[in-house]
Amino acid sequence: MADIVLDQVTKRFPDGALAVDHIDLDVADGEFVILVGPSGCGKSTTLNMIAGLEDISDGELRIGGQVVNNKAPKDRDIAMVFQSYALYPHMTVRENMAFALKLAKTPQETIDKKVNDAARVLDLTQHLDRKPANLSGGQRQRVAMGRAIVRDPAAFLMDEPLSNLDAKLRVQMRTEVSRLQKRLGTTTVYVTHDQTEAMTLGDRVAVMRNGKIQQVGAPQELYGHPENLFVAGFIGSPAMNFMPGRLEDGKLRTRLGDVPLDDEIRRMLEGRDTGRDVILGIRPESFEDASLVPADARGRGITFRAMIDVVESMGSDVFVYFTFEGDNESVSSAELEELARDSGRADTGGTGDQVVARLDAATRVREGSEAELWADVRSIHVFDPASGENLTKTKATATADG
Amino acid sequence: MTTTAKQKVGWGTANTVAVVLAIVPVLWIVSLSFKDPATITDASFWPKKWTLENYRGIFKTSEFTHALINSIGIALIATFIAVVLASMAAYAVARLSFPGKGLLIGMSLLIAMFPAISLVTPLFNIERSLHLFDTWPALIIPYIAFGLPLGIYTLSAFFREIPWELEKAAKMDGATPYQAFTKVIAPLAAPGMFTTAILIFIFCWNDFLFAISLTSTTNARTVPAAIGFFTGSSQFTAPTGSISAAAVIITIPIIIFVLFFQRRIVAGLTSGAVKG
Repeated sequence: MADIVLDQVTKRFPDGALAVDHIDLDVADGEFVILVGPSGCGKSTTLNMIAGLEDISDGELRIGGQVVNNKAPKDRDIAMVFQSYALYPHMTVRENMAFALKLAKTPQETIDKKVNDAARVLDLTQHLDRKPANLSGGQRQRVAMGRAIVRDPAAFLMDEPLSNLDAKLRVQMRTEVSRLQKRLGTTTVYVTHDQTEAMTLGDRVAVMRNGKIQQVGAPQELYGHPENLFVAGFIGSPAMNFMPGRLEDGKLRTRLGDVPLDDEIRRMLEGRDTGRDVILGIRPESFEDASLVPADARGRGITFRAMIDVVESMGSDVFVYFTFEGDNESVSSAELEELARDSGRADTGGTGDQVVARLDAATRVREGSEAELWADVRSIHVFDPASGENLTKTKATATADG
Repeated sequence: MTTTAKQKVGWGTANTVAVVLAIVPVLWIVSLSFKDPATITDASFWPKKWTLENYRGIFKTSEFTHALINSIGIALIATFIAVVLASMAAYAVARLSFPGKGLLIGMSLLIAMFPAISLVTPLFNIERSLHLFDTWPALIIPYIAFGLPLGIYTLSAFFREIPWELEKAAKMDGATPYQAFTKVIAPLAAPGMFTTAILIFIFCWNDFLFAISLTSTTNARTVPAAIGFFTGSSQFTAPTGSISAAAVIITIPIIIFVLFFQRRIVAGLTSGAVKG
């Protein structure tokens, strides 16, 4: 058991590329921290530096209070689970799990006991004498976990351990990983590109972009109070909707209509010298079918009419997609472009101007017809288009319906 | 793609010609080796009178047995050293980036392409001045030199196919780089090493040029060279029968090797070239 502290840790590759740029991260003893971000954001490099598989160019890495920058992986007392599992194909499951203990010259009885215990926890007992090639994906994943837990290390590092599983198994294993971590109480750093995994698993989540940590916090905090456009757009599925807005006469002029600003927000916005153009962010669940909003709640939001393109029923909710016609103005920002690239939206040709709203299943909105929708203005976010900073991050946001 | 009858006939003919050209000389040698010395020139493909006299004859004197021991010893030692060195070099080529890597690969390719005949004279002089001439090392050293490029190329293709993450996993499990190599990478590359060993062994076993040029007595003369020095049972008989018998004997181990491991050898030669 140990805490992990990254103090201004930097990775500069020999070709000069800066993969990880002075990041600070404290992982408390027993905590489950997720590093999440699009591919190429430096999350795996960071993990490899903690593991000792990559050299640290600058900064300090402390595990359990000890500086381990120059220690070999084997002296750091950490175990790692790889995306490809990296099971030794020529060894049985038992030998795979015992390998580390054998290298550490652990007595045979202890090895047997630990391997058998781990196998019982992971439900692998009947597979102990099989080779990895004869196991299913889920079983291999569990062997990889088993190889890590038999060592009883100071910390677990996991590099996208579930991304090779099919969707259904991934959800099951996600719960399994979470349960295991709680049970063992071992400090864990987990890397993923999947924001759902990040939100569901972590005690805390660190969102990374271009080698920098954008924001660290509990999942709900990242969701409710994103510090910038990138975090706002990355966390949440479907993603937050962004549209241009303009501050005029103490109001926020947007495509949805004029959003009246309360004093608190107005003061926050006007106290800054950032110009009058802003980006408005609104989560899909902040919308509702206007006819389903009780009259007394209507005043907390604005009502507008939109032409509905697509309706997707999820059973419990309905997702509706719409765009604003006759309005060529759209938001542009480096962060949003990167998010679009990451989600593949840039490739499929979908426009960033499309708005998605999550409505109650009782809605009678139909595809191809105009509908009256309502948006909760208390839960909007306002971003500075130049810096991407959330100008309303300190505001106490009320999420519309949870 | 469908093959027409015409294509089938065409390919069938081509294949038959190729197989006949390759097989007939071998069968001929076998046939000669069983012929009685008196009938050796009777121009019949099938021995009229079968005899094992030629085989008995070559094992009667120490000339052939000595050469056989030399051949086996030299080929095994050269193969072993070449495979050990090649596996380390190939591992470095496949896994590490180090200054001069391109040069190393280029050099080894260059050595492989060098016409051996151009090296024989300098090697002869060097080895004489180093007093290596006509000793086992006289042949082992050039064999290693020529076996290495072959080994490095085949083995690096094998190493490249082993996922790098296995090595990282071994490191995380507490293995030193040496342990990671011997306990994880080498066992996985064993089929590759085996194939490489066979290829190098065949090269050493078959070599005639170095064997004839760098040896002068039965001290280090290997079978292909020794055969050239065979004499008939009397001064006036041609040693055709004994030469054939010796040729058949040294071909047998190679045939056995290739028959047993042909799949592996083909896989080894083509791995890296084609995926899957």
